[in-house]
Amino acid sequence: MSRLMPLFVFLALCGLFGFGIWWNTQHDQHEIVSPLIDKPAPDFLLPELGQPMSTVGKASLLGKPYFLNVFGSWCIECVHEHPVLSGEVKSLGLRLVGLNYKDEPSDAMNWLHEHGNPFDLVITDRDGRAGIDFGVYGAPETFLIDGKGVIRYKHVGPITPEVVDREFRPALAALAKEGG
Amino acid sequence: MIPELGQFALVLALLLALVQGVLPILGAWRGNAALMAVARPAAAGQAVFVFLAMGVLIHAFLVYDFSVAYVADNSNLALPWYYRITAVWGAHEGSMLLWVFILNVWSLALAVLSRHLPTPFVSRVLGVLGLIGVGFLAFILFTSNPFLRELPMPSDGGDLNPVLQDPGMTFHPPVLYMGYVGFSVAFAFSIAALLGGELEQAWVRWARPWTNVSWAFLTMGIVAGSWWAYAELGWGGWWFWDPVENASFMPWLVGVALIHAQAVTEKRGSLPAWTVLLSLFAFSLSLLGTFLVRSGVLTSVHAFASDPRRGLYILGFLIVVIGGSLLLYAIRAPRVATGKPFAALSRETGIMIANLLFTTAAAMVLLGTLFPLIGDALNLGRISVGPPYFSFLFIALMAPAVLLLPFGPYLRWGSAEGRQLTTLALRAGIAAVICAIVAAFVAQGHLRAIAGIAGAVWVAAGTLSYILKRWREMPRGRRYPAEMAGMLVAHTGVAIFIIGVMLSESLSVERDVRMAPGDTQAIGGYVFRFDGVHETQGPNWRADEGTVTIQRDGTTMATVKPQKRTYSRGQVQTESAIDAGLFRDIYVALGEPMQATDVEGAWALRLYYKPFVRWIWLGGLFMMLGGFLAAGERRFRAKKAAATAAVPAKESLA
Repeated sequence: MSRLMPLFVFLALCGLFGFGIWWNTQHDQHEIVSPLIDKPAPDFLLPELGQPMSTVGKASLLGKPYFLNVFGSWCIECVHEHPVLSGEVKSLGLRLVGLNYKDEPSDAMNWLHEHGNPFDLVITDRDGRAGIDFGVYGAPETFLIDGKGVIRYKHVGPITPEVVDREFRPALAALAKEGG
Repeated sequence: MIPELGQFALVLALLLALVQGVLPILGAWRGNAALMAVARPAAAGQAVFVFLAMGVLIHAFLVYDFSVAYVADNSNLALPWYYRITAVWGAHEGSMLLWVFILNVWSLALAVLSRHLPTPFVSRVLGVLGLIGVGFLAFILFTSNPFLRELPMPSDGGDLNPVLQDPGMTFHPPVLYMGYVGFSVAFAFSIAALLGGELEQAWVRWARPWTNVSWAFLTMGIVAGSWWAYAELGWGGWWFWDPVENASFMPWLVGVALIHAQAVTEKRGSLPAWTVLLSLFAFSLSLLGTFLVRSGVLTSVHAFASDPRRGLYILGFLIVVIGGSLLLYAIRAPRVATGKPFAALSRETGIMIANLLFTTAAAMVLLGTLFPLIGDALNLGRISVGPPYFSFLFIALMAPAVLLLPFGPYLRWGSAEGRQLTTLALRAGIAAVICAIVAAFVAQGHLRAIAGIAGAVWVAAGTLSYILKRWREMPRGRRYPAEMAGMLVAHTGVAIFIIGVMLSESLSVERDVRMAPGDTQAIGGYVFRFDGVHETQGPNWRADEGTVTIQRDGTTMATVKPQKRTYSRGQVQTESAIDAGLFRDIYVALGEPMQATDVEGAWALRLYYKPFVRWIWLGGLFMMLGGFLAAGERRFRAKKAAATAAVPAKESLA
């Protein structure tokens, strides 16, 4: 009997591993450990880029889901991410809001002029206060915020076409399922 | 066309592995010499085709064949040629190919170096290795094919994970796998013995050099990995109890137990079932490690690739291989207590206690690694236990082992005399206490440093005392046979390792500071002057490179240049700068600029002063050397082994 013990212990382990595989199929592999996921986005009221007198707040963006992309003209990875934003992300059909993070408005405008402007709207966070509220580590970062102003997803680092397929599309699908 | 050749070679290798796995075992069972004779040629054939596949993949990387998806994902035009070769094992598919490649290196070595063993036994051993090859080759072909084409072909590729673009990475995985996979040989020996119902324990003697060499490779691989994490990951740590590290550490711990248990079984015939079980465990844990790392069941800070479908395959494979072998063990393990009787105070008992400590430690690491999974299963959420759990339990389990270690060589087989042990305990104890008192003055109340010195001196004094005893009592030329020399070197390594761990852990000074160009900071008797940051360029990266001048008593000791690299595909990687020394390392890593726009201005820097940190790896290297040395024992050599197989080992080693 005692000679069967190792086998029994091993089979119990296998049960655990089988469970682990099953569990992973039920849960997103790339879950971001951010305390803000599924919480309302922090309130903000920020001036629009190029139009310092016009401010945009969280309330004015409610209604439809949108992407909030944190970028800066100083950010090297943002240049790499830029074609994907203009291409794959744009084609997802959501509004794309740029959060110009810790940047000079004139630099930002030059940068957008030079590379093209994929954003429907750009707001400026010159001192990075809104960034702190959003828990931004650095640029680029991208949030998916739903029509009720709740953060549904967050991607840290540059977006690649794979990220769009692997992360954004499932997140959007989940959003659509819930809405419909 | 060439990549398809690689795939074709893998298919042929799979077929040959099937032949190698089935026919020789059948032949050994039926006593059919023709079937048994298939083993060697089949193993050689499998090896040829696997080597060919490996060559094809390396070639694809060297000629930038981005039509191969794996090549396109892991290399690009700017990647230097040496990293394009190491990129072969930079991700999942190639790692698996490397696994099979090394399995074939071992099989081939065994086929060549086993002429002195009985044919049925060798046939079974090679057969078992063939079956393992079948499992891995099928896994590669069906779930992880590195030769898949990607159309249309991209004009340039992605990038090798920048963490892996380091000289240490060129040889860390192959060496680690040499160890991991090498345990398959000890495993195959055990299965062959169980299948054949070998009455005597001769097979243990044949298995011993293979086990020692695998274990030594595993040690080298772990040391290289630890060194690489220290130099490359920018955290200044050397061990993180990360699932991937644990995956290599569990077989190592069981390997330590196995090496000692094999010695008992070989020389005294005792504990045969335990030795069999340990060889099954060692290889099972290697497979389990592969499963944990590759299946995505556990996510780790350096999980390179994970996929649940692959997990399912490996789980099935685990059930067949480990479950099957444990079942075989339950049915066929030697039931009668064989071997010579031994007293409560004997070397056998000492080794048994150490064995229990090491296997418990491995079980403890396994439990800690699986904790997040258990948390899910019990619906407690993903909990991970982290370093506090591991460090505490590990030290608690290893402290008695360290205490026991000096007695090992002094304990006689069968029955030991207490008097000699008391003398030894007194001598080593007095040495340890004296050194601890001296250390207490120097280290000023750092308890762990004092305990480390005491432990290390205890081990070193005990080992040294035995070396002297042999010198006095034995005639020239017979003082230190290879096996004993290996043991003494490895035990010395333990003492060095203890010093490294305890001193660097307790006396290190780590500081995160903000420095503007021209600023100075004093740490551990050294003055660091920050001379600013400028931009520099590499083959496939650009970097902010800082210059830090290290001075002591007004004289410049070193100028180091830590970097923060941005690779062409956007990944950022810290290259810490280390001024290394036998007694201390000075470690500088570049953090972030205080003003993102002002690279020329002030930066956050990490400055570490780490005394004796190098002794950690030095100790590991000694252990490795011990493993290789012991494998060279004359008794294990081909001709002698056959001649003396029936004669019990001489008492001279007691």
